[in-house]
Amino acid sequence: MSKQPSRTIKVDTLARVEGEGALYIKLKGDLVQDVKLKIYEPPRFFEAFLRGRHFSEIPDIVARICGICPIAYQMSAVHAIERALGVAIDPSVRMLRRLFYCGEWIESHALHVYMLHAPDFLGYPDAIAMARDHQAVVQQGLRLKKAGNRIVALMGGREIHPVSAAVGGFYKAPSKSALKELVDELKWALDASLATARWASGLDFPDFEQDYEFVSLSHPNEYPFNEGRIVSNRGLDIDPSEYEDNFTEQHVQYSNALHSVLRGRGSYMVGPMARFNLNFDKLPDVAQQAARDCGLQAPCRNPFRSIIVRAIELVFACHEALRLIHEYEPPAAPRVQACARASTGQAATEAPRGLLYHRYELDQDGLIASAKIIPPTSQNQKRIEEDLWHFVSQVATRPTEEITLKCEQAVRNYDPCISCATHFLRLHVERD
Amino acid sequence: MSSKVRRKPRIAVFKFASCDGCQLSLLDAEDELLGVAGALDIAYFPEASSAMVKGPYDIGLVEGSITTHHDAQRIQEVRRQCKTLITIGACATAGGIQALRNWKDVDEFIRIVYATPKYINTLKLSTPIAEHVPVDFELRGCPINKHQLIELITATLAGRKPNVPTYSVCMECKRKGNVCIAVAQGVPCLGPVTHAGCGALCPSFDRGCYGCYGPMESPNTESLSSQLRILGQNNAEITRAFRSFNAWSWQFRKASEETERT
Repeated sequence: MSKQPSRTIKVDTLARVEGEGALYIKLKGDLVQDVKLKIYEPPRFFEAFLRGRHFSEIPDIVARICGICPIAYQMSAVHAIERALGVAIDPSVRMLRRLFYCGEWIESHALHVYMLHAPDFLGYPDAIAMARDHQAVVQQGLRLKKAGNRIVALMGGREIHPVSAAVGGFYKAPSKSALKELVDELKWALDASLATARWASGLDFPDFEQDYEFVSLSHPNEYPFNEGRIVSNRGLDIDPSEYEDNFTEQHVQYSNALHSVLRGRGSYMVGPMARFNLNFDKLPDVAQQAARDCGLQAPCRNPFRSIIVRAIELVFACHEALRLIHEYEPPAAPRVQACARASTGQAATEAPRGLLYHRYELDQDGLIASAKIIPPTSQNQKRIEEDLWHFVSQVATRPTEEITLKCEQAVRNYDPCISCATHFLRLHVERD
Repeated sequence: MSSKVRRKPRIAVFKFASCDGCQLSLLDAEDELLGVAGALDIAYFPEASSAMVKGPYDIGLVEGSITTHHDAQRIQEVRRQCKTLITIGACATAGGIQALRNWKDVDEFIRIVYATPKYINTLKLSTPIAEHVPVDFELRGCPINKHQLIELITATLAGRKPNVPTYSVCMECKRKGNVCIAVAQGVPCLGPVTHAGCGALCPSFDRGCYGCYGPMESPNTESLSSQLRILGQNNAEITRAFRSFNAWSWQFRKASEETERT
């Protein structure tokens, strides 16, 4: 047996992701031996301590799972509890929830596109260093992010852990005139998103495509946020209440986040690329046209191009926010009363990073008997590892340093939120 | 030192068990971020940058609580590396929402969430940073207020005391001209015992304060508990109200344990 050259590549902290994890890659010569995405973010046990809390407290508590996408947690929670208690919300409240989500998507996608992902493509350690050479680009990104945050802060009091979301609606609904004040900035943001898409489409992308099973919500006449069936490009089509019959979680030794898989089929992808590929026809004309202008077609199977897909979703979210503000009439009451009863409810909504599933079992007093929360990053975790298996093989002959950078970028394609999935990315590439 | 060319002060951001929201506040200061980056050398901030400069640092911002053996050791090293150590947020300052485990059997918690409990390594308690190392300033809030963070960094660099008031949310409500929702509408509110800083958000949104900034300087929790009973809350509800994001702060902890006993 010929002796294979061996190399060990080690990056202690994979940066520009939310949370703490490690990546371990073992190579023998140029052959990949093992890939492990290790999440060692300390567990915080939300599902355990939610038991015994009243349903009205849940939106505020689950927001604290993630500082980047608190609204996603609030939305999946209120919908699941409303389904359990048989609460029907006011149509204006439904619109407000979509608008709230638009704010979070704009803030989160702008953060990822400009501050976390773009530095990979342009060769900088961070957006601040990038700003020295690309000041206008970074400033555009910051202003776009702020436009999303303005929606959230106006509707919820603050950008992180907003206080307005409630079971049955909102504690307080904004006035028409307050929302109108956002219009000028959102018109700018729509143009800036179109510019973002054009700019992103000019970046260099590795030639890398995979045959994914994409999973997202699907609604008959909307690009999905809060409502719809869970579908895939391989025939999955279920109500969110059937989620646990079709998906299962695996506990692997090296990770504090559970791996979610489709029963009998394995890994799958959730997030912007899945939504875009499964719901392209629900995008408004301006977003569809922007995608075409960028040479982006559904299905997109190159995860590095997810930066363009996020830009297209920015176009959608700005356009949708303007539409919702234009059509908004305040609800008769900001929220409807929910009465406690023993029941169970499930819901899934589209967090910026993908499908977020919640289930709550309530007792007759409205206290939580059991809870289940499956964040997008734990659903993508297995798929990220599989991308790396294939991607590392493709670039194995390159210098170690280059492989390391490219692998970090491949992980960031998913905008992983390890705080959600549990947390910290540390990268080891071992050659043996 | 004095003869050297003056270098920019170095700042580092460290994360322990948390949601990332407080360090995100720095990135959410969109108008100030490039200015801050001009005045400081952001030497270690993994959420924002892959360039990680080794310590020592002039200012260390610490987010999150201590929940593992490894983190209990890591905070000691962080303290050694930082001239000024500032904790940001309810996790770092009071143990966070994850401190709800402190009243429960953590092994049972592990069994509820994880299929193979032996893979999980965690401490029985979630504790604030100040229980492990000396802390120079504790900035409260779940999440912190980004304007207070900028003020705190500015004051630290200038060597002056930060302007971060320690009075209650009630003061902020009065200043805003809010009608008291507890008095006028009978809505249970933790405002009288809660540290200011949010700008009295919840009462401005027609709901009671839920205490996310933790206890004010000298809270009269006993009196508030009696008021909450008058407003119709039972002891279980009052206990839960004190047991949220700052549950392990000694004032709220004492208050919740008193109502739990009664």
